[in-house]
Amino acid sequence: MKVRRILATKGMRVITIAPDKKIRDAVAVLAEHNIGALVVADAAGQPVGILSERDVIRKAAENEQVFDLFVSDLMTRDVITGMPQDDTHSVARTMTDRHFRHMPIMDEGRLIGIVSIGDILKAERDQYRGEIDTLETQIMADKD
Amino acid sequence: MSEYGTQSNPLRVAIIGAGPTGFYTAEHLFKQKEYVVSVDMFDRLPVPFGLVRYGVAPDHQKIKSVTAVYDRIAQNPAFRFFGNVQIGKDITVAELRDYYHQIVFTTGAQSDRRMNIPGEDLQGSLPATDFVAWYNGHPDFRAYDVDLSQESVAVVGVGNVAMDVARILCRTPEELAVTDIADYALEKLRNSNVKNVYILGRRGPAQAAFTTPEIKELGEMQDTDAYVEPEEAVLDPLSEASLADSSDRATVKKVEVIQSYAGRPSSGKSRRLTLRFLVSPVELIGNDEGQIVKMRIVKNKLYKTDAGSLRPKATEEMEEIPVGLVFRAIGYRGVPIPDVPFYDSWGVILNKQGRVIDPETQKPVLGEYTGGWIKRGPSGVIGTNKPDALETVQQMLADMASGQVLSPECPDAQAASHFIAEKQPDYFSYDDWLKLDALEVANGKAQGRPRVKFTSVADMLTAVGKR
Repeated sequence: MKVRRILATKGMRVITIAPDKKIRDAVAVLAEHNIGALVVADAAGQPVGILSERDVIRKAAENEQVFDLFVSDLMTRDVITGMPQDDTHSVARTMTDRHFRHMPIMDEGRLIGIVSIGDILKAERDQYRGEIDTLETQIMADKD
Repeated sequence: MSEYGTQSNPLRVAIIGAGPTGFYTAEHLFKQKEYVVSVDMFDRLPVPFGLVRYGVAPDHQKIKSVTAVYDRIAQNPAFRFFGNVQIGKDITVAELRDYYHQIVFTTGAQSDRRMNIPGEDLQGSLPATDFVAWYNGHPDFRAYDVDLSQESVAVVGVGNVAMDVARILCRTPEELAVTDIADYALEKLRNSNVKNVYILGRRGPAQAAFTTPEIKELGEMQDTDAYVEPEEAVLDPLSEASLADSSDRATVKKVEVIQSYAGRPSSGKSRRLTLRFLVSPVELIGNDEGQIVKMRIVKNKLYKTDAGSLRPKATEEMEEIPVGLVFRAIGYRGVPIPDVPFYDSWGVILNKQGRVIDPETQKPVLGEYTGGWIKRGPSGVIGTNKPDALETVQQMLADMASGQVLSPECPDAQAASHFIAEKQPDYFSYDDWLKLDALEVANGKAQGRPRVKFTSVADMLTAVGKR
């Protein structure tokens, strides 16, 4: 299965935030869209980092003023991106091996989506369910 | 807003496309107990089941047995079928809004992706999907002309359509005669001149999309030897490492089967099926008449992407193989439905978890949904459409609960059927289909075949007494 298959049912808009926004704004966007991470994009729409809810929580534990920090203060700069042609199981493996849960997806230099480990697990679960269902149907047909 | 979803005022749903996803959508709608739902299913063809009837290969009858499940769904008194009715042509989406609270598009991926290489439009270069529709007796492809006087054929791609096409080309007439392949196709294949079939995969054995049973089957045909170039059967270091890492036993098994074909000497069978790996077509070359005579391919090397998957990259090394016929089976795309938002570069209806999305506002389009391949692109097996349809139905139920449904002027089953009959007097009901089905099966029985298909709409209409 390819990453493309997951992006196809997520609409086509990627929710991003600018690096010079406050963490307060970022938290509001995360809550509004009920998501776990935001791609941080510059004025040209190019991703410059990623900010996850975990980044915010970790900082909050040590600094009560976390909301007044800038997105660029907390974001991860070294972001691993994927392509729509990437295989989902490879992406899932890379995420677990390197301990991150969201991957921005680029196509010909343009940010086109983001996939989470949850998206991949759901898609793979549905694929396995489908395979089991198809196999069961065939076994039942054999019995007739 | 009037109350809906009750016994006296059922929630009216139109499902466009009678393939597996259409039926699974109906099944999930009938299973929930919150609302009383009635379903009208449309298909542009008179007969139901979509790719189960017109895609699944005739020598894979067991896979087609899933239609028994769909038959049971169709027996629900709240289910009606309107075949031979094309939405966007006979009836518009706007007109559907007068009769239904919710509309679901499950029209599948009906067209193919192109290779975008020079020579692709030469004579002898064809989409594999057309050939599949032709041998399966699809009414639109009866007149399809495929030149089986050619000796060598290339099938580009390693998915299940590529496997099906290669197998049908390699089967003996005796093997095919016991299937429900279209009679005209059987006749033509009986006189086929094909001796060599190449299947071309751009990545290696470990990345091929086909399953182990599919690859095994290629080695078990009556009069065809399966063959793999020994050097292409060997895993490259990246694939080797990734396979060792993942302990993916299904892939290990698949690679073993592929390697068992490597360098296999001919056993004297009259056809040879060669699986090629790590190659991509770069050009189709024709003669003066514009007929393909050979194909230039480039050898690929795998590299690892940042995200960890192995992708092909062309090397400098080229090769030419003589072929007279090239089938491309590298992917499929949906066909846009008039007035429904479409995401052209991926060939799917723009959607979020099955809710159709307006590209301008990024908000859901009221009352419109999608499922199956036109929603997520072509992936998975038939059963994968069941959880896919469930996801869409969950959105539909949430929208019913919040009152986000259309307000049709005539949410009435009888009004709808009158309107449909007015627009398409020759529509097929499910009973018409059952009649046709019984005839096909009876005609097949006489010849020791699962069925003999009617292959034109006119014949179908006549057979059930509509003409």
